[in-house]
Amino acid sequence: MESCVAVIDCGGTNLASVVFAFERLGVEVYVTRDEEGLERASHVILPGVGVCDEAMRKLDEEGLVERVKNCGKPLLGICVGMQQLYGYSEEGEVDCLGIFEGESIKLSSHDKPVPHMGWNTLEVQKDSRLLAGIEGGHVYYVHSYYVPPDGYTVATSRYGMQHISAVVEQGAVCGCQFHPERSGVLGSRILRNFLSMGDEE
Amino acid sequence: MLKKRLIACLDVKDGKVVKGVKFRDHEVVGEILDLAKRYAATGCDELVFYDIAASPEGRGVGKDWVLKVAREIDIPFCVAGGLRSLDDAKRVLNAGADKISINSPALERPEMITELAKAFGVQCVVVGVDSYEEDGVYHVHQYTGDPEKSKRAHRETMSWLREAESRGAGEIVLNCMNRDGVREGYDCDQMALARDILSIPLIASGGAGKKEHFLEVLAHSDGALAAGVFHRGELSFPDLKGYLEGEGVAVRGVDS
Repeated sequence: MESCVAVIDCGGTNLASVVFAFERLGVEVYVTRDEEGLERASHVILPGVGVCDEAMRKLDEEGLVERVKNCGKPLLGICVGMQQLYGYSEEGEVDCLGIFEGESIKLSSHDKPVPHMGWNTLEVQKDSRLLAGIEGGHVYYVHSYYVPPDGYTVATSRYGMQHISAVVEQGAVCGCQFHPERSGVLGSRILRNFLSMGDEE
Repeated sequence: MLKKRLIACLDVKDGKVVKGVKFRDHEVVGEILDLAKRYAATGCDELVFYDIAASPEGRGVGKDWVLKVAREIDIPFCVAGGLRSLDDAKRVLNAGADKISINSPALERPEMITELAKAFGVQCVVVGVDSYEEDGVYHVHQYTGDPEKSKRAHRETMSWLREAESRGAGEIVLNCMNRDGVREGYDCDQMALARDILSIPLIASGGAGKKEHFLEVLAHSDGALAAGVFHRGELSFPDLKGYLEGEGVAVRGVDS
Protein backbone atom coordinates (compact mmCIF):
# COMPACT_ATOMS: atom_id res chain seq x y z
CA MET A 1 0.00 0.00 0.00
CA GLU A 2 1.18 3.52 -0.75
CA SER A 3 2.01 5.33 2.47
CA CYS A 4 0.05 8.41 3.32
CA VAL A 5 1.18 10.22 6.45
CA ALA A 6 -1.05 12.44 8.58
CA VAL A 7 0.82 14.87 10.82
CA ILE A 8 -1.52 16.01 13.56
CA ASP A 9 -1.46 19.73 14.23
CA CYS A 10 -1.24 20.08 18.01
CA GLY A 11 0.06 23.62 17.71
CA GLY A 12 3.70 22.52 17.85
CA THR A 13 6.31 24.31 15.81
CA ASN A 14 8.00 21.42 14.03
CA LEU A 15 5.14 20.59 11.68
CA ALA A 16 7.05 21.81 8.64
CA SER A 17 10.24 19.94 9.43
CA VAL A 18 8.33 16.69 9.99
CA VAL A 19 6.41 17.16 6.75
CA PHE A 20 9.61 17.93 4.83
CA ALA A 21 11.35 14.86 6.30
CA PHE A 22 8.61 12.60 4.88
CA GLU A 23 8.64 14.51 1.58
CA ARG A 24 12.34 13.75 1.33
CA LEU A 25 11.37 10.06 1.61
CA GLY A 26 9.00 10.55 -1.32
CA VAL A 27 5.70 9.76 0.41
CA GLU A 28 2.45 11.70 0.56
CA VAL A 29 2.22 13.70 3.77
CA TYR A 30 -0.13 16.37 5.06
CA VAL A 31 -0.98 18.30 8.21
CA THR A 32 -4.40 17.70 9.67
CA ARG A 33 -6.53 18.54 12.65
CA ASP A 34 -9.70 16.64 11.85
CA GLU A 35 -11.13 13.13 11.77
CA GLU A 36 -11.20 12.90 8.00
CA GLY A 37 -7.51 13.60 7.84
CA LEU A 38 -6.88 10.81 10.31
CA GLU A 39 -9.21 8.46 8.47
CA ARG A 40 -7.45 8.86 5.13
CA ALA A 41 -3.94 8.24 6.46
CA SER A 42 -1.99 5.00 6.54
CA HIS A 43 0.34 6.38 9.24
CA VAL A 44 -0.18 8.98 11.93
CA ILE A 45 2.36 11.33 13.54
CA LEU A 46 2.00 13.22 16.81
CA PRO A 47 4.75 15.73 16.18
CA GLY A 48 4.68 17.87 19.31
CA VAL A 49 7.29 20.44 19.94
CA GLY A 50 6.38 22.87 22.62
CA VAL A 51 4.44 22.36 25.76
CA CYS A 52 2.60 19.15 26.68
CA ASP A 53 -0.51 20.65 28.24
CA GLU A 54 -0.94 22.99 25.25
CA ALA A 55 -0.60 20.05 22.87
CA MET A 56 -3.19 18.01 24.80
CA ARG A 57 -5.55 20.97 24.94
CA LYS A 58 -5.32 21.34 21.14
CA LEU A 59 -6.08 17.66 20.63
CA ASP A 60 -9.02 17.88 22.98
CA GLU A 61 -10.39 21.01 21.30
CA GLU A 62 -10.41 19.24 17.95
CA GLY A 63 -12.12 16.23 19.52
CA LEU A 64 -9.21 14.03 18.51
CA VAL A 65 -8.18 12.45 21.82
CA GLU A 66 -10.21 9.25 21.41
CA ARG A 67 -9.66 9.17 17.65
CA VAL A 68 -5.90 9.21 18.02
CA LYS A 69 -5.98 6.67 20.84
CA ASN A 70 -7.98 4.25 18.75
CA CYS A 71 -6.70 5.11 15.30
CA GLY A 72 -5.66 1.50 14.62
CA LYS A 73 -2.78 2.65 12.43
CA PRO A 74 0.94 2.91 12.98
CA LEU A 75 1.30 5.91 15.29
CA LEU A 76 4.57 7.73 16.02
CA GLY A 77 4.88 10.36 18.73
CA ILE A 78 7.87 12.69 18.44
CA CYS A 79 9.32 14.54 21.46
CA VAL A 80 6.30 15.94 23.33
CA GLY A 81 4.27 13.64 21.05
CA MET A 82 5.97 10.64 22.64
CA GLN A 83 5.20 12.01 26.11
CA GLN A 84 1.55 12.40 25.05
CA LEU A 85 1.34 8.63 24.52
CA TYR A 86 1.69 8.18 28.29
CA GLY A 87 -0.87 8.66 31.04
CA TYR A 88 0.34 11.90 32.52
CA SER A 89 2.87 14.70 32.11
CA GLU A 90 4.41 16.81 34.83
CA GLU A 91 4.63 19.61 32.26
CA GLY A 92 1.42 21.49 32.92
CA GLU A 93 0.27 18.59 35.13
CA VAL A 94 -1.91 17.19 32.41
CA ASP A 95 -3.52 13.84 31.65
CA CYS A 96 -2.37 12.53 28.30
CA LEU A 97 -3.54 9.80 25.93
CA GLY A 98 -2.75 6.92 28.28
CA ILE A 99 -1.90 4.46 25.52
CA PHE A 100 1.21 3.63 27.56
CA GLU A 101 1.22 3.46 31.34
CA GLY A 102 3.54 5.91 33.01
CA GLU A 103 4.39 9.59 32.98
CA SER A 104 6.90 12.16 31.82
CA ILE A 105 8.84 14.14 34.40
CA LYS A 106 11.20 17.12 34.44
CA LEU A 107 14.89 16.60 33.78
CA SER A 108 16.97 17.37 36.81
CA SER A 109 19.33 20.28 36.20
CA HIS A 110 21.61 19.88 39.18
CA ASP A 111 24.47 18.26 37.25
CA LYS A 112 23.88 19.52 33.71
CA PRO A 113 22.18 22.16 31.58
CA VAL A 114 18.45 21.84 30.89
CA PRO A 115 17.01 21.72 28.21
CA HIS A 116 18.88 18.64 27.05
CA MET A 117 19.88 20.01 23.68
CA GLY A 118 22.08 18.46 21.03
CA TRP A 119 23.27 15.16 19.64
CA ASN A 120 23.34 12.22 22.02
CA THR A 121 24.24 8.56 21.64
CA LEU A 122 21.35 6.22 20.92
CA GLU A 123 21.82 3.01 22.90
CA VAL A 124 19.70 0.21 21.49
CA GLN A 125 18.35 -2.03 24.27
CA LYS A 126 16.23 -4.54 22.41
CA ASP A 127 14.99 -5.49 18.97
CA SER A 128 12.23 -3.34 17.57
CA ARG A 129 10.66 -2.55 14.25
CA LEU A 130 11.34 1.17 14.48
CA LEU A 131 15.06 0.55 14.94
CA ALA A 132 15.36 -2.39 12.55
CA GLY A 133 18.90 -2.50 11.18
CA ILE A 134 20.09 0.27 13.51
CA GLU A 135 22.80 -0.59 16.00
CA GLY A 136 23.43 2.86 17.39
CA GLY A 137 24.55 6.33 16.38
CA HIS A 138 23.58 9.87 17.28
CA VAL A 139 20.22 11.56 17.39
CA TYR A 140 19.19 15.17 18.03
CA TYR A 141 17.39 16.05 21.26
CA VAL A 142 15.70 19.21 22.48
CA HIS A 143 13.60 18.71 25.60
CA SER A 144 13.19 19.50 29.29
CA TYR A 145 10.85 16.63 30.25
CA TYR A 146 11.45 12.91 29.73
CA VAL A 147 10.10 9.45 30.35
CA PRO A 148 12.27 7.14 32.48
CA PRO A 149 13.06 3.82 30.77
CA ASP A 150 10.22 1.28 31.17
CA GLY A 151 8.78 -1.85 29.61
CA TYR A 152 8.06 -0.04 26.33
CA THR A 153 11.62 1.25 25.98
CA VAL A 154 13.68 -0.19 23.13
CA ALA A 155 16.50 2.38 23.18
CA THR A 156 17.88 4.86 25.70
CA SER A 157 20.27 7.79 25.94
CA ARG A 158 22.21 9.03 28.93
CA TYR A 159 22.28 12.63 30.02
CA GLY A 160 24.32 13.37 33.09
CA MET A 161 23.23 10.80 35.67
CA GLN A 162 19.86 10.30 34.01
CA HIS A 163 18.77 7.53 31.67
CA ILE A 164 16.22 8.70 29.17
CA SER A 165 13.76 6.57 27.30
CA ALA A 166 14.76 7.41 23.72
CA VAL A 167 12.52 5.09 21.73
CA VAL A 168 9.39 3.29 22.91
CA GLU A 169 7.40 0.76 20.96
CA GLN A 170 4.48 -1.59 21.51
CA GLY A 171 2.57 -3.04 18.62
CA ALA A 172 2.13 -0.29 16.06
CA VAL A 173 2.46 2.54 18.58
CA CYS A 174 5.89 4.04 18.98
CA GLY A 175 7.63 7.20 20.11
CA CYS A 176 10.97 9.00 19.85
CA GLN A 177 12.03 11.49 22.49
CA PHE A 178 14.54 12.94 19.99
CA HIS A 179 13.76 14.46 16.60
CA PRO A 180 14.18 11.93 13.79
CA GLU A 181 13.29 14.70 11.32
CA ARG A 182 16.46 16.53 12.38
CA SER A 183 18.70 13.55 13.06
CA GLY A 184 20.40 13.24 9.69
CA VAL A 185 20.73 9.89 7.96
CA LEU A 186 19.89 7.88 11.09
CA GLY A 187 16.70 9.88 11.63
CA SER A 188 15.48 9.29 8.10
CA ARG A 189 16.21 5.57 8.50
CA ILE A 190 13.94 5.54 11.56
CA LEU A 191 11.17 7.30 9.64
CA ARG A 192 11.53 4.79 6.79
CA ASN A 193 11.24 1.95 9.30
CA PHE A 194 8.09 3.57 10.65
CA LEU A 195 6.59 3.69 7.16
CA SER A 196 7.31 -0.01 6.67
CA MET A 197 5.30 -0.80 9.80
CA GLY A 198 2.08 -0.63 7.80
CA ASP A 199 3.24 -3.26 5.32
CA GLU A 200 3.17 -6.39 7.43
CA GLU A 201 -0.17 -5.73 9.13
CA MET B 1 26.43 10.86 26.23
CA LEU B 2 25.62 14.33 24.97
CA LYS B 3 28.15 15.57 22.43
CA LYS B 4 29.74 18.99 22.17
CA ARG B 5 28.21 20.80 19.22
CA LEU B 6 30.06 22.43 16.34
CA ILE B 7 27.90 25.07 14.77
CA ALA B 8 28.40 26.92 11.51
CA CYS B 9 27.05 30.44 11.50
CA LEU B 10 25.92 31.82 8.19
CA ASP B 11 25.54 35.58 8.29
CA VAL B 12 22.89 36.39 5.73
CA LYS B 13 22.53 39.70 3.95
CA ASP B 14 20.29 40.23 0.94
CA GLY B 15 19.86 36.50 0.49
CA LYS B 16 23.60 35.68 0.41
CA VAL B 17 26.02 34.44 3.02
CA VAL B 18 28.50 37.17 4.01
CA LYS B 19 31.36 37.52 6.44
CA GLY B 20 32.82 40.67 7.95
CA VAL B 21 35.67 41.45 10.29
CA LYS B 22 34.65 42.69 13.75
CA PHE B 23 31.11 42.92 12.40
CA ARG B 24 32.09 45.39 9.65
CA ASP B 25 32.99 45.35 5.94
CA HIS B 26 30.99 42.40 4.72
CA GLU B 27 32.01 40.33 1.73
CA VAL B 28 29.85 37.72 -0.01
CA VAL B 29 31.09 34.19 0.65
CA GLY B 30 28.40 32.05 -0.98
CA GLU B 31 24.83 30.94 -1.55
CA ILE B 32 22.75 30.03 1.51
CA LEU B 33 21.59 26.61 0.38
CA ASP B 34 24.92 25.52 -1.12
CA LEU B 35 26.80 26.22 2.09
CA ALA B 36 24.08 24.80 4.34
CA LYS B 37 23.95 21.53 2.41
CA ARG B 38 27.70 21.21 2.30
CA TYR B 39 28.05 21.73 6.05
CA ALA B 40 25.20 19.37 6.91
CA ALA B 41 26.67 16.65 4.72
CA THR B 42 30.16 16.91 6.20
CA GLY B 43 29.35 16.63 9.91
CA CYS B 44 28.29 20.09 11.07
CA ASP B 45 25.98 19.57 14.07
CA GLU B 46 23.79 22.61 13.69
CA LEU B 47 23.41 25.76 11.60
CA VAL B 48 22.64 29.32 12.60
CA PHE B 49 21.41 31.78 10.01
CA TYR B 50 21.88 35.34 11.10
CA ASP B 51 20.11 38.03 9.08
CA ILE B 52 22.59 40.71 10.03
CA ALA B 53 20.84 43.53 8.20
CA ALA B 54 17.44 42.83 9.70
CA SER B 55 17.63 44.20 13.22
CA PRO B 56 19.24 47.63 12.77
CA GLU B 57 16.99 48.50 9.86
CA GLY B 58 13.94 47.64 11.93
CA ARG B 59 12.68 44.99 9.56
CA GLY B 60 12.06 41.27 9.84
CA VAL B 61 13.96 38.42 8.27
CA GLY B 62 12.96 37.68 4.68
CA LYS B 63 11.52 34.21 5.01
CA ASP B 64 11.81 32.57 1.57
CA TRP B 65 15.13 30.96 2.28
CA VAL B 66 14.02 29.53 5.65
CA LEU B 67 11.53 27.29 3.87
CA LYS B 68 14.11 26.25 1.30
CA VAL B 69 16.64 25.36 3.99
CA ALA B 70 14.05 23.41 6.00
CA ARG B 71 13.08 21.36 2.95
CA GLU B 72 16.62 20.27 2.20
CA ILE B 73 18.44 20.09 5.52
CA ASP B 74 18.14 17.22 7.99
CA ILE B 75 20.07 18.74 10.90
CA PRO B 76 18.73 21.42 13.26
CA PHE B 77 18.96 25.08 12.43
CA CYS B 78 18.29 28.36 14.13
CA VAL B 79 17.25 31.67 12.59
CA ALA B 80 18.31 35.00 14.05
CA GLY B 81 18.02 38.67 13.21
CA GLY B 82 15.14 41.09 13.30
CA LEU B 83 12.54 38.87 14.96
CA ARG B 84 10.56 41.53 16.81
CA SER B 85 7.27 39.84 17.61
CA LEU B 86 5.65 36.53 18.36
CA ASP B 87 4.28 36.56 14.83
CA ASP B 88 7.75 37.01 13.34
CA ALA B 89 8.98 34.09 15.41
CA LYS B 90 6.00 31.94 14.56
CA ARG B 91 6.48 32.48 10.83
CA VAL B 92 10.09 31.37 11.00
CA LEU B 93 9.33 28.35 13.21
CA ASN B 94 6.38 27.33 11.06
CA ALA B 95 8.60 27.53 8.00
CA GLY B 96 10.72 24.81 9.56
CA ALA B 97 13.35 26.49 11.73
CA ASP B 98 14.00 24.56 14.94
CA LYS B 99 14.96 27.55 17.02
CA ILE B 100 14.83 31.29 16.86
CA SER B 101 17.43 33.58 18.35
CA ILE B 102 16.73 37.09 19.54
CA ASN B 103 19.24 39.72 20.50
CA SER B 104 18.46 43.45 20.15
CA PRO B 105 14.67 43.02 20.52
CA ALA B 106 15.20 41.12 23.79
CA LEU B 107 17.21 44.06 25.10
CA GLU B 108 14.52 46.52 24.03
CA ARG B 109 11.77 44.46 25.61
CA PRO B 110 12.98 41.60 27.86
CA GLU B 111 9.40 40.36 28.39
CA MET B 112 9.58 39.08 24.83
CA ILE B 113 11.79 36.19 26.00
CA THR B 114 9.06 35.01 28.38
CA GLU B 115 6.33 35.44 25.78
CA LEU B 116 8.26 33.37 23.24
CA ALA B 117 9.03 30.66 25.79
CA LYS B 118 5.38 30.41 26.78
CA ALA B 119 4.17 30.33 23.21
CA PHE B 120 6.70 27.93 21.71
CA GLY B 121 8.56 26.28 24.60
CA VAL B 122 11.91 27.28 26.08
CA GLN B 123 13.69 24.77 23.84
CA CYS B 124 13.34 26.92 20.75
CA VAL B 125 14.18 30.26 22.34
CA VAL B 126 17.82 31.23 21.99
CA VAL B 127 19.07 34.55 23.29
CA GLY B 128 22.07 35.89 21.43
CA VAL B 129 24.30 38.23 23.39
CA ASP B 130 26.99 40.46 21.87
CA SER B 131 29.46 41.20 24.61
CA TYR B 132 32.33 43.68 24.49
CA GLU B 133 35.06 43.91 27.08
CA GLU B 134 36.18 47.35 28.17
CA ASP B 135 38.56 47.86 31.09
CA GLY B 136 37.91 44.36 32.37
CA VAL B 137 34.12 44.71 32.36
CA TYR B 138 31.85 42.87 29.92
CA HIS B 139 29.10 45.01 28.45
CA VAL B 140 26.23 44.02 26.19
CA HIS B 141 26.01 45.76 22.82
CA GLN B 142 23.03 45.94 20.51
CA TYR B 143 22.29 46.57 16.81
CA THR B 144 25.71 45.12 16.09
CA GLY B 145 24.79 44.18 12.53
CA ASP B 146 25.14 47.82 11.46
CA PRO B 147 28.27 49.83 12.34
CA GLU B 148 26.24 53.06 12.23
CA LYS B 149 23.79 51.89 14.88
CA SER B 150 25.85 49.48 16.96
CA LYS B 151 25.91 50.73 20.54
CA ARG B 152 26.41 49.78 24.14
CA ALA B 153 23.19 48.61 25.79
CA HIS B 154 23.76 49.81 29.37
CA ARG B 155 23.81 46.31 30.73
CA GLU B 156 26.60 44.19 32.05
CA THR B 157 26.87 40.87 30.28
CA MET B 158 26.71 38.51 33.26
CA SER B 159 23.63 40.13 34.78
CA TRP B 160 21.90 40.08 31.38
CA LEU B 161 22.69 36.38 30.97
CA ARG B 162 21.11 35.65 34.35
CA GLU B 163 18.06 37.69 33.46
CA ALA B 164 17.67 36.03 30.04
CA GLU B 165 17.74 32.60 31.64
CA SER B 166 15.25 33.52 34.35
CA ARG B 167 12.93 34.97 31.72
CA GLY B 168 12.82 31.71 29.81
CA ALA B 169 15.75 31.49 27.40
CA GLY B 170 16.49 27.88 26.45
CA GLU B 171 20.01 28.56 25.25
CA ILE B 172 22.56 31.37 25.13
CA VAL B 173 24.90 32.18 22.28
CA LEU B 174 27.56 34.44 23.75
CA ASN B 175 29.46 36.35 21.12
CA CYS B 176 32.63 37.99 22.36
CA MET B 177 32.97 40.98 20.07
CA ASN B 178 36.59 41.72 20.92
CA ARG B 179 37.47 38.36 19.41
CA ASP B 180 35.06 38.30 16.47
CA GLY B 181 36.77 37.77 13.14
CA VAL B 182 40.30 38.18 14.50
CA ARG B 183 41.02 34.44 14.77
CA GLU B 184 42.97 34.58 17.99
CA GLY B 185 40.76 32.20 19.92
CA TYR B 186 37.52 32.34 21.87
CA ASP B 187 37.28 34.32 25.10
CA CYS B 188 37.55 31.33 27.44
CA ASP B 189 37.61 33.47 30.59
CA GLN B 190 34.30 35.02 29.71
CA MET B 191 32.82 31.65 28.75
CA ALA B 192 33.89 30.14 32.05
CA LEU B 193 32.19 32.98 33.93
CA ALA B 194 29.03 32.54 31.90
CA ARG B 195 28.99 28.72 32.21
CA ASP B 196 29.26 29.14 35.95
CA ILE B 197 26.15 31.27 36.31
CA LEU B 198 23.93 29.58 33.70
CA SER B 199 22.07 26.30 33.92
CA ILE B 200 20.92 26.33 30.28
CA PRO B 201 23.14 25.37 27.31
CA LEU B 202 25.83 27.90 26.39
CA ILE B 203 27.35 28.31 22.93
CA ALA B 204 30.62 30.18 22.41
CA SER B 205 31.00 32.57 19.50
CA GLY B 206 33.74 34.85 18.19
CA GLY B 207 37.42 34.22 17.67
CA ALA B 208 37.86 30.79 16.09
CA GLY B 209 40.98 30.64 13.95
CA LYS B 210 42.37 27.16 14.37
CA LYS B 211 41.32 23.81 15.76
CA GLU B 212 43.06 24.31 19.09
CA HIS B 213 40.68 27.20 19.79
CA PHE B 214 37.73 24.81 19.68
CA LEU B 215 39.45 22.43 22.07
CA GLU B 216 40.08 25.27 24.53
CA VAL B 217 36.60 26.71 24.55
CA LEU B 218 34.67 23.44 24.61
CA ALA B 219 35.94 22.96 28.17
CA HIS B 220 33.70 25.93 29.07
CA SER B 221 30.78 25.66 26.68
CA ASP B 222 28.30 23.17 25.27
CA GLY B 223 29.14 24.08 21.73
CA ALA B 224 31.23 26.40 19.61
CA LEU B 225 30.03 28.53 16.77
CA ALA B 226 32.21 29.80 13.95
CA ALA B 227 31.83 31.25 10.51
CA GLY B 228 34.94 32.42 8.66
CA VAL B 229 37.16 29.41 9.35
CA PHE B 230 34.50 27.17 7.83
CA HIS B 231 33.48 29.46 4.97
CA ARG B 232 37.07 29.97 3.87
CA GLY B 233 37.68 26.23 4.02
CA GLU B 234 40.48 26.60 6.57
CA LEU B 235 38.85 23.99 8.78
CA SER B 236 36.61 21.14 7.66
CA PHE B 237 34.22 19.39 10.02
CA PRO B 238 35.72 15.92 9.49
CA ASP B 239 39.24 17.18 10.28
CA LEU B 240 38.13 19.29 13.21
CA LYS B 241 36.05 16.51 14.73
CA GLY B 242 38.80 13.98 14.21
CA TYR B 243 41.19 16.27 16.05
CA LEU B 244 38.78 16.95 18.92
CA GLU B 245 37.99 13.27 19.28
CA GLY B 246 41.70 12.51 19.47
CA GLU B 247 41.97 15.07 22.27
CA GLY B 248 39.20 13.33 24.21
CA VAL B 249 36.31 15.68 23.42
CA ALA B 250 32.97 13.92 22.92
CA VAL B 251 31.79 14.84 19.43
CA ARG B 252 29.40 13.25 16.98
CA GLY B 253 31.22 11.30 14.27
CA VAL B 254 30.69 12.49 10.75
CA ASP B 255 28.76 9.40 9.57
CA SER B 256 26.81 8.72 12.72
